[in-house]
Amino acid sequence: MARFTGKKAKETPALNMGSMSDIIFMLLFFFMVITTMRESTLYVKIIPPQGSEVTKLEKKSLVSYINVGVPTPDQQKKYGTEPRIQLNDQISEVSDIIAFVEQEREQRPEADRPLITTAIKADKQVRMGMVTDIKQELRKAGALKIFYNATKGGKKK
Amino acid sequence: MARKTPGLNTSSMSDISFLLLAFFLMVSNINSDMGIARKLPPPLPEDAEAPEVHERNIFVVMVNKDDRLLFNTEYGRIEDLKDRAKEFLGNPRNLSYMPEKKATQIDLLGTYDVSKGVISLRNDRGTSYDMYLQVQNELTAAINEMRDELATARFGKHYADLSEPQRKAVETAIPMAISEAEPTKIGGK
Repeated sequence: MARFTGKKAKETPALNMGSMSDIIFMLLFFFMVITTMRESTLYVKIIPPQGSEVTKLEKKSLVSYINVGVPTPDQQKKYGTEPRIQLNDQISEVSDIIAFVEQEREQRPEADRPLITTAIKADKQVRMGMVTDIKQELRKAGALKIFYNATKGGKKK
Repeated sequence: MARKTPGLNTSSMSDISFLLLAFFLMVSNINSDMGIARKLPPPLPEDAEAPEVHERNIFVVMVNKDDRLLFNTEYGRIEDLKDRAKEFLGNPRNLSYMPEKKATQIDLLGTYDVSKGVISLRNDRGTSYDMYLQVQNELTAAINEMRDELATARFGKHYADLSEPQRKAVETAIPMAISEAEPTKIGGK
């Protein structure tokens, strides 16, 4: 026993942190792969409706978004409390949609243009009149593939 | 003898990558775009005439501004919509007031009686988007279930697991027969 008691208490060796960064990098890459960049700040508040039959939206690069909802509180002074349409980064009018569709088309390569889907992200309180107007504009613009955004949910209420 | 290089101190490396990780977590959002895909009809020419469709081939679903439903001529509930739509499109007992069927030659399926039925969806400008989506959802559910039943009966697989040509065949046999009326303006906002 004497040979144990004779020595002074050993210091705990420093942890080897070398592989820590590797682990963090793996996490980083994982998140980079499964997420997408937030595209634009939303000026309208959107709570999408729920549905049980929703499918995933394919080919995200070929999707243009139309957001419809009541402006967020800090925007309400400027845009009021009635539901508005947001295209890209600004609150717009229904009549701007045709130009928006054209512009979105210009940005994509020729071969992909017929595949462009227009996703309508609307709040569930929005009245159909507005959505119908949007749909009529899209028909005029020839953007016939549309997508109603909804969240996956079980039976309603 | 070459001098030994001292080991680099890499403990701050993890801090840097943590920073990066936190940054990406903040600026990105998890891919969560789900929804219901639809195809709009091309715009009609001004002088277009309404196509003639037999009354038995149409199932009218109307939604008013208070989100109440009307199936043909009677009040309906959203819970019943799926079964009504399935019964209408399938017409399993070949009733005379239900849609006609047209025997069509389809690859992989042989001759199949494709229903001529069309569900006509009409909504008011005051209908809430929520209700509209519920109706679309129920109709999609009806068609998906019918396709699934056909797929299980003929191919012994779920519709989602079918190969591309099989899926095409099932889609031809049970088309997505939903028609939306040209918008009308009744009732306020």
